[in-house]
Amino acid sequence: MRLPIITLTLLLLAHAPAHAGKTLDQVRQRAQLTCGVSTGVIGFSAADSQGHWNGMDVDICRAIAAAVLNDAAKVKYVPLNAQQRFTALQSGEIDLLSRNTTWTLTRDASLGLHFTAVTYYDGQGFLVQKKLKISSAKQLKNAEICVQSGTTTEKNLGDWFKAQGIKVKPVVFEKFEASIKAFFSGRCQAYTTDASALAFIRSKEAPNPDDYVVLPELISKEPLGPVVRRGDDEWFAIVKWVIFALIEAEEYGITQANLERMKASPDPAIQRLLGGAEDSGKLLGLERDWAARAVKAVGNYGEIFQRNVGSASPLKLPRGANALWNKGGLLYAPPVR
Amino acid sequence: MTQHRPLRDWLRRNLFSDAFSAATTVALVVAALCWLPDLIDWLLLQAVFRADAVACQAANHAGACWGVVAEKYRIILFGRYPHQEQWRPLLATVLLLVVIVASGRGLLPLRAMLLAWAVTLPVFFILMGGDRFGLQPVGSDQWGGFPLTLLLATLGMLLAFPLAILVALGRFSSLPLLRGLCRSYVELVRGVPLISVLFLASFLFPLLLPPGISIDVLLRVLFGIVLFAAAYLSETIRGGLLAIPAGQHDAAAALGLGRWQAMRWIILPQALRAVVPSMMNSAVSIFKDTSLVTIVSLYELTGSLSLALAGDPEWRSFHLEGYLFIALIYWIGCHAMSRFSRGFEHAAH
Amino acid sequence: MPAQRWRNLLVQALIAAGLLALLWWLLDATAANMRERGIRSGFDFLLEPAGFGIGESLLPFDSGDSALWALAAGLANTLRVALPAILISTLLGTLVGLGRLSPNLLLRKLCAAYVEALRNVPLLLQLLAWYFIVTDLLPAASKALQLAPHVFLSKSGLSVPWLGGDGGLIDLPQRGAMNISGGAAMTPEYLALLLGLSLYTAAFVAETVRAGIAAVPRGQSEAALALGLTRLQNFRLVLLPQALRGIIPPLTNQHLSLTKNASLAVAIGYPELVSVANTTLNQTGRAAECITLIMAVYLILSLLTAWLSAWLERRNGRWADHS
Repeated sequence: MRLPIITLTLLLLAHAPAHAGKTLDQVRQRAQLTCGVSTGVIGFSAADSQGHWNGMDVDICRAIAAAVLNDAAKVKYVPLNAQQRFTALQSGEIDLLSRNTTWTLTRDASLGLHFTAVTYYDGQGFLVQKKLKISSAKQLKNAEICVQSGTTTEKNLGDWFKAQGIKVKPVVFEKFEASIKAFFSGRCQAYTTDASALAFIRSKEAPNPDDYVVLPELISKEPLGPVVRRGDDEWFAIVKWVIFALIEAEEYGITQANLERMKASPDPAIQRLLGGAEDSGKLLGLERDWAARAVKAVGNYGEIFQRNVGSASPLKLPRGANALWNKGGLLYAPPVR
Repeated sequence: MTQHRPLRDWLRRNLFSDAFSAATTVALVVAALCWLPDLIDWLLLQAVFRADAVACQAANHAGACWGVVAEKYRIILFGRYPHQEQWRPLLATVLLLVVIVASGRGLLPLRAMLLAWAVTLPVFFILMGGDRFGLQPVGSDQWGGFPLTLLLATLGMLLAFPLAILVALGRFSSLPLLRGLCRSYVELVRGVPLISVLFLASFLFPLLLPPGISIDVLLRVLFGIVLFAAAYLSETIRGGLLAIPAGQHDAAAALGLGRWQAMRWIILPQALRAVVPSMMNSAVSIFKDTSLVTIVSLYELTGSLSLALAGDPEWRSFHLEGYLFIALIYWIGCHAMSRFSRGFEHAAH
Repeated sequence: MPAQRWRNLLVQALIAAGLLALLWWLLDATAANMRERGIRSGFDFLLEPAGFGIGESLLPFDSGDSALWALAAGLANTLRVALPAILISTLLGTLVGLGRLSPNLLLRKLCAAYVEALRNVPLLLQLLAWYFIVTDLLPAASKALQLAPHVFLSKSGLSVPWLGGDGGLIDLPQRGAMNISGGAAMTPEYLALLLGLSLYTAAFVAETVRAGIAAVPRGQSEAALALGLTRLQNFRLVLLPQALRGIIPPLTNQHLSLTKNASLAVAIGYPELVSVANTTLNQTGRAAECITLIMAVYLILSLLTAWLSAWLERRNGRWADHS
């Protein structure tokens, strides 16, 4: 009769409430960051044929791994579809969800999650067949619109057209690939998703990009950013501040290339950020040079942007709203001090 | 004097036995004459076999583009598995297939068979996962294509089998509560679609586990498949148990065997032997059902096909050829299994 | 054997206690996990606006309607495809099953090939292929084929006149600026699902019918023919009533699996129950609730069918005895 007793004890042990602040310890203990990413959105998180992950969301994971573990390669990527992503985070399967996820009230307040910071300001737009000669989304009356399920996109679509008093027919697909395939086979007159993805879809997925146009309207705000579990303030702060540090590094002109030189800069703000004069890492439970490590691993925010979605990438997206606040954009990091 | 004309007799018997039959024959032959040339044209004569997207576009669907298979077969068969490491899933798959076929055809004595399984399964996992013997580690999220299909089907069947026997036996228990429980489990699972069980495994299991403990999604999905398959399999086995004549029970009792002893040594072996063909049907179903895991984002054969084609505008319009290619793979697997079950039926009679 | 009885009772009580403990633990652990992680739970979301649209719906649906109504619309869509598919698959399957017993060799082989080909390929794959064929082969909505006045066929589906509409009794499909509007539309998703489900299930129905008829002893037919009945009479009066008893129970199972298989529509974008529940799950994050709902609805459907088929069997049994 020993087995049941042991089982029961184990169950009770397993049942004991978790302690706050243990994500950092766990990550350190297994010397690996588990990062939830998408199953493939080029520019944000996508695996190449070798199984290497690339993209902005992936670089955020790498930056955090660098800051925490001093090794940007110590990341395990868990590809998640739209439905799986929140439960994977809630259940502790992943430490961090960095998967072009829109920050909304419902998600922030009712799913047991915390959005950390915005890493990309996006908006929802439309891609239509050029031959329809449409110049505005308001002309999409009765149109069939292909959309991928499991995103805020479906809801925005419903809201916006309801507000306009226009009826449209959404055709909802479970998978990105299926929705794309249907649109380009002519099943729908329009395709809708985040504008960042539309540019890529038009240039890379269309049989002939010139047959399609992106409509000017953005029908929603889509602030995308990494998400962590509730109840672990320490980890929440780390993720948030690593992102702020990457933005601040761009503000001060610290790049992957000039990092070592900048460490000798007399500017006190740069000194603080790179762990020269003050130990800002101690407050986060990290080492002194946490921010320097992150920048060394992936570059500053601007470099991450250019490499993955900007001019140095196939997507060629303009900075737009994602420029720094002092350059006409929305990116504004609280000061590291 | 009647002449013996075998051909004429055969024709009359098989094709022109009466007016209706004759009309059917004529109609079918005419239809074949109309359609077959086009079909052969599309399948073979006008088809493009080279991995040449331009030639395929030029053929403009008048002929099939088998080049799509030539171009993409590695992604279709192995999914996202790292390219230069793909000899590993290939070797693992071949090994597993050999053991399956050898077991199915009874080429090995029982002990050797058990040993072969006990060796092959760990070897399969080591080859796939690596991180040992100098093999580069490959996470299960990168497993895909045919090896994953085979793994899910094989393990699904192997693990569901013992559970199914327990549940089937439970339904003959003298305890009404146990009987009721087993029955509820079977009815519950058989009443819902597999996709909902997979959603459960994929989205909900993580929430049942205590914080900090997580199980690989592949294992969770496998668990879902096992739970699902066991319910169907247990019904099959129960049918076999019911079909054993009462005389066998009496004889066993007369030999002084207890209830469970009789079950273990007399009834169950006969019942299992009798239901081998229906169990093969279950195996065929499981093999086909593994295609559903693509809906919860595991890239087995069906999923890796869309991985290979949907994201590539050059080849996207040749999906049909891709579907036909993997349909052939599934068909061969299922057909082999039902052939085996028919062979077994003949041997038993 | 009172001692035996007491032991049995004790064992059962232990099993029950263990099971209850396990269940309690699972529920409690999950609830605790969810509480601790700050995850909202409960079915209150069902009465809140769904917020998303449903492309085609038998029931009138608008994104402002409640999530519960969205699920109802999903269920109606499931039945909208399952019921016709049951009808088609039964008819086609019966024909193919009879064809396999035909004296004509060509027909026999053709029917056997049909069954072999469709049974041994996963339904999901067939659905994807049908969907691809339907959307790839049909002309774009702007160049819709006009099959008859006000009947259009295109990538947007088959549009036919239907009752109701904005003005008047009959709603006629019209060529719009972009696609066909008005009337009742069967979308390509619906057509592919209907086609795929019917053809796949027909292969299984054919096997059921063939086995059922083959199970009737040969002597029955021989006797009937010797009595001077024609082949048709023999089939209708002798073979069929006897075969039906063996056919109906497995046939009900086929119909039930067809209904469950309709859930694969989620892969080709037809908004049936599972697809709508899946979308709701996404919008609200209530995974446990949505999955429970899907399972409960299907269980109820299964139980209803089982009850119905038992009733039919009883009736059929009586009918067969009388004739």
